[in-house]
Amino acid sequence: MSGWLVRRIAQAAFVVLLMTLIVFIGLHAIGNPIDILIGQDVDQVDRARIIAQLGLDQPLWKQYLAFLAGAMHGDLGNSFVYNEPAIRLILQRLPATLELAVSALLLALVIGIPLGLFAGLHPRNPLSKMLMTGSIVGFSLPTFWVGLMLIMLFSVKLGWLPASGRGATASLFGVQWSWLTLDGLRHLILPAVNLSLFKVSLVLRLTSAGVREVMPMEHVRFARAKGLSPTRVVLVHILRNTLIPLVTVIGLEFGSTIAFAVVTETVFSWPGAGKLILDSINALDRPVILSYLIVVVCMFVSLNLFVDILYKFLDPRVRLEGAR
Amino acid sequence: MSTTPLIPETGKPVRGAFKRRQSLGRQLVADFARSPAAMGALIVAILLVLAAIFAPLITPQNPYDLLQLDVLDARLPPGSMNGAGTHAYWLGTDGQGRDLYSAMLYGLRLSLSVGLGSAVIAGVVGTVFGLIAAYAGGKVDSLIMRLVDLLLAFPSILVAMMLLAFLGKSVTNVVLTLVLIEWAYYARTARAQALVEARREYVEAARSLAIPNWRIVLVHILPNCLPPLIVVGTLQVARAITLEATLSFLGLGVPITEPSLGLLIANGYQTMLSGEYWTSVYPGLALLAMLVSINMVGDRLRELLNPRFVK
Repeated sequence: MSGWLVRRIAQAAFVVLLMTLIVFIGLHAIGNPIDILIGQDVDQVDRARIIAQLGLDQPLWKQYLAFLAGAMHGDLGNSFVYNEPAIRLILQRLPATLELAVSALLLALVIGIPLGLFAGLHPRNPLSKMLMTGSIVGFSLPTFWVGLMLIMLFSVKLGWLPASGRGATASLFGVQWSWLTLDGLRHLILPAVNLSLFKVSLVLRLTSAGVREVMPMEHVRFARAKGLSPTRVVLVHILRNTLIPLVTVIGLEFGSTIAFAVVTETVFSWPGAGKLILDSINALDRPVILSYLIVVVCMFVSLNLFVDILYKFLDPRVRLEGAR
Repeated sequence: MSTTPLIPETGKPVRGAFKRRQSLGRQLVADFARSPAAMGALIVAILLVLAAIFAPLITPQNPYDLLQLDVLDARLPPGSMNGAGTHAYWLGTDGQGRDLYSAMLYGLRLSLSVGLGSAVIAGVVGTVFGLIAAYAGGKVDSLIMRLVDLLLAFPSILVAMMLLAFLGKSVTNVVLTLVLIEWAYYARTARAQALVEARREYVEAARSLAIPNWRIVLVHILPNCLPPLIVVGTLQVARAITLEATLSFLGLGVPITEPSLGLLIANGYQTMLSGEYWTSVYPGLALLAMLVSINMVGDRLRELLNPRFVK
């Protein structure tokens, strides 16, 4: 087990390193940030001074090594645009994104699991067929467009909910959170619903498929034959066994939810990391792009690892295989 | 009269006894038609494709031709007549006086070409790599599959945003980006299926006839890998269209001179809040209709072609 863990962590570290190298070279290929940062009227002397200040006069491999050396100390360089440590910019905005992604996933689970359970238990019910067809529509909905429609309906026409920003926040552990205030919650509803739509369909379909797979199994039939109450059979014998694949997928989906939050954050002007990265891409703000990717990839890799470990505890078969 | 096989106890004919004699393609069509929803979706998809192909014939103006636009007609609500009184703007106009209905059909054209184009190219590339991995095995196999795993581990939107930031805005670059992301799905499917097929008896038979390996792979194994690849392909077309629309909405996709549906929605977004809802709503509905119909067709195909679901 520990050997396996060490191997997995080494693998993960290698992926992160590889990614920084590829992105570093890629970012260099796309053009010089200097042209965007300073105007045409700056004279040659000032231009050279700024280039030297940003370290852009060094050869690429030296820049990369300097970057790696800094990264070891937690310094990923200063943003060209904000002239602040890039990592601080990201970490400042990350809570807003995390808050949005977690709310969206929770919504997806709370709505998706019961509906999926129903559709799986009664596959021939017309309502289930509607749910399954509805989930295809849910898969197909372009997130950004639904966001616009939500704003138009609930903010412009009905005036029930605010259309942009985070609203009032309250501090907890030194970080600002929207869900701690009523106003913040009101701001959170629309973006969270928007981001969760795709995941609701996913959870619904996964749960329903899992239930349909588990239902004809012998342990379920045995539990029924024993005369257990239907509720207990459904909750303990069926649902628990469908949760294993669900946990895996949700764990892995968390990363993609954070990435796709870019779209929702843009639509709802949510001040998260996604909005920052989009602006940074447009401004060729290399350190911020690189830092964002490193943070997201680290998060990804550790999530993968966490899901793998969790899997070992949830599924005795995998656990035993690992022990052998 | 041929004798219909009968179930001994009931004397009723065995269901589907004659179906087996039909060609596989015909049976697929017949099975497909048993789902009215999927049939409806197929018809909608075909109609939309036709509308996109014949867009120049069924639209009053070419939205890319600036000479045909009249700024005086800007921001007209749906149903208004144009300044010259020659045709109506059924779905209204946008900020440049562009007929929204025409712009939508041309946008649909672009969205569909990008989606279909990238899906076909990625399908060919991915299938080739998948077959190579399955055929070569060993180091080549693990190298290709590691790459596929790495690519699939990252969310598509993130990879696409980075690639487009590297490559710059243009229709070709969007297609290239989508191909770079999507080929991995096909490669994984093709490899898995090829490995299953390679163990079948017909492959052994072909080997024993001393048929060259390349011929076995291309003529015997590849056709049998197609059903799951077609399913992946259908769903990937929808994914590609969504991704293109999303990227264009974010301002990283197609250039502003050739608006796809996504870019039309993004442009409409700026005027939507001042009450001109049509510029965003209608292109979105067109996009939604396209995506839902493709996904429903794909879902039905998966039900039929995936042996796990066949009853």
